[in-house]
Amino acid sequence: MGKYILQRLGQILVTLFVFQTLLFVILTAMPGDVTNRMLTNPDIPPEVRERTRQALGLDDPVLVQYGRWFQNFITGNLGVSYSEYPTPVIEILEERIPRTMVLFLAATIVQFVVGFSMGRALAWQRGGFFEYGSTIVGVTLYTVFTPWFALMMIFIFGARLHWLPLGKFLTPILWRKVDIPGMSDSLTKANYVFTRMLWTATAAFVIWLIMAYFTRNLSHTKRNRTRLIATVIILAVSIGGWAMVDIGPLAWDITKHMILPIVTLTLVGFAGTMLMTRQTMLETLREDYIQTARAKGLPEKLVRDKHAARNALLPVFTGLIISLPSVISGGIITETVFSWPGMGLTLLNATTQEDIPLVMGTLSFIGVLSLLAHLVADITYAFLDPRIRYS
Amino acid sequence: MNNTAHTTSSAPTSLWKMRLRLMRKSLKTGWDIFKENPVGMVGLVIIVFFALLAILHPILMATVWDPGTYDPITGYDFKTLIHPSPPSWLPQPDNPMYKPSFRHILGTDPLGRDVLSQLMYSTRSEFLLGVGAALVTVLIATTVGAVSAYYGGLIDILFMRMADVMMMLPFIAILIVLSSLFQFKMIHLAIVYGILAGFGGTTIVIKSQALTIKVKSYIEAARIAGGGDGHIIFTHLVPNLLPLSFLYMMFTVTGAIFSEAVLSFFGLLDIRMSWGLMIQTAQAAGYLLNSWKYWYLMFPAGLSITLLCAAFYLVGRAMDEVVNPRLRKR
Repeated sequence: MGKYILQRLGQILVTLFVFQTLLFVILTAMPGDVTNRMLTNPDIPPEVRERTRQALGLDDPVLVQYGRWFQNFITGNLGVSYSEYPTPVIEILEERIPRTMVLFLAATIVQFVVGFSMGRALAWQRGGFFEYGSTIVGVTLYTVFTPWFALMMIFIFGARLHWLPLGKFLTPILWRKVDIPGMSDSLTKANYVFTRMLWTATAAFVIWLIMAYFTRNLSHTKRNRTRLIATVIILAVSIGGWAMVDIGPLAWDITKHMILPIVTLTLVGFAGTMLMTRQTMLETLREDYIQTARAKGLPEKLVRDKHAARNALLPVFTGLIISLPSVISGGIITETVFSWPGMGLTLLNATTQEDIPLVMGTLSFIGVLSLLAHLVADITYAFLDPRIRYS
Repeated sequence: MNNTAHTTSSAPTSLWKMRLRLMRKSLKTGWDIFKENPVGMVGLVIIVFFALLAILHPILMATVWDPGTYDPITGYDFKTLIHPSPPSWLPQPDNPMYKPSFRHILGTDPLGRDVLSQLMYSTRSEFLLGVGAALVTVLIATTVGAVSAYYGGLIDILFMRMADVMMMLPFIAILIVLSSLFQFKMIHLAIVYGILAGFGGTTIVIKSQALTIKVKSYIEAARIAGGGDGHIIFTHLVPNLLPLSFLYMMFTVTGAIFSEAVLSFFGLLDIRMSWGLMIQTAQAAGYLLNSWKYWYLMFPAGLSITLLCAAFYLVGRAMDEVVNPRLRKR
């Protein structure tokens, strides 16, 4: 197990190295360099441009620049943004990474849980309208043009039904009314509230995991009941706690803005998991041990959840690992359409403004996020698969 | 099987004729299996429908449609300016758009251009892009897969690690950056997407298939008969990989069309007209919140992208059953 994780870690590091090299190649292959924009200004003499090139080290051999690129990346020096001069890129990223992470994690986890349980139910009840209907819906959602789908979600739930806001991260009017000591502008306030929300969610999740670990040996029905009650209690305590403090409405405001992007991303992603679970479940159900389990009189629900679904989980999880990059791609699209100020929107804005340090920083981070997600998924897979766990 | 053996022994027919007949035979068997799958047929019907749209556009432009009015990029219906008090289907003075009518079947966009003409014009480039990207992918993936399976060792490790990297990266992020830094046209996108997909996941699948073919006895026989490495790879290994490559072509087409639509929706591609651009035009002009009333601005393009992507995906799924006998229903 430890050896496996170490091996994966090594592979991830090699991949990161290759990815950074790829970024450097793109940057170097780009025609011209940053000092090109000095050419358009007649007030800047050529000597100044030459001096700037030397100061920035653009005249050095490619290999020297490559080494410097790596050194800067490892030390976290990603340069200064042009469009938000003189803010360092790393500061912009620090502010926006949590927002993307929330979107990505929530969508991935919800899509897997929902997709898996729906696929399980689908394989169990074969034939009929339910199966055909959900397969058609599944394929449609799987191939739907994500920006258009997101626009339609905004149109239906935002513009027509007025249930949820149209986009963005918060409603500024609401934030001006509430004072947080020591903070003047709503951006700092937003980061303050959002960080606390994240900590609450993380704590609740960790407590839930501990609870799930301790109830794992109870009998099937008893365990499900205990877990349900504990989940309700954890949710009630965390939401109740937020309702009592005076920044509670602000947190609710952010949550309202968060719902639509997460739902969109989940809907686009969960169909793949659902279709795949159905496929693998159908194959598993043909196995002899399912017949044995039924023959010895186990309840149908137990056969489905413990004997069939547990064995169908591994291929589905592999499918999830493979689809992680497409979830990130979907996140970029969703963020842009909903004006959610995360990494995707930052990437697109930076590219259209030719803010190259920010582009490279964002792209590096998206690569790192992708690789980390892979690593976490691989480790989870190793926990799920006894063949790796015990070797 | 008996039949072919018979022809080789009795009548010395030329080699390519025999190959052609064998190919036709396997195509027919494949088609028979494919036909039984309703899902694949639905996909095929959709693809044929869009292909007809693409072919019809230049014909309509040359015969029925006046280029000044119906050109997908520069067309404008000047009837607006002449008519003193327009009936309800004509553009009103405060709104330059036609509602769907016999004259403009899907209405016109906010700039007064015919939506159906735009839709049909884009279909052609969408097909070219998809097929172009798929060809590049298949060319790369089949060659790399066959070579790394045949030689193994260092080449294999190199290409497989590269495929790992490609598989872990979100394409859209890289394409956004590339297309803004290098001013992409459709053809560049096709090539770049083909390269990204070709070195990625497809290679791994094709290589694993090539590994099972490599150990077959006819490869051994070819080597004993004195065939060189290149000969064995390109006349014995690659032809047997082609069905699988063709299957992955379908999935590449879906990905390529989707990426193009996303990039042109973001306004990053240097192209004249495409489905993504149509949605962007409608959204930028502020018709999103009124999508129901102006359905002909948002729905035709969005549905076209979805349908064409779904169609190639479904055909791919059905072809999967042809190529992998394991998946067939018995």
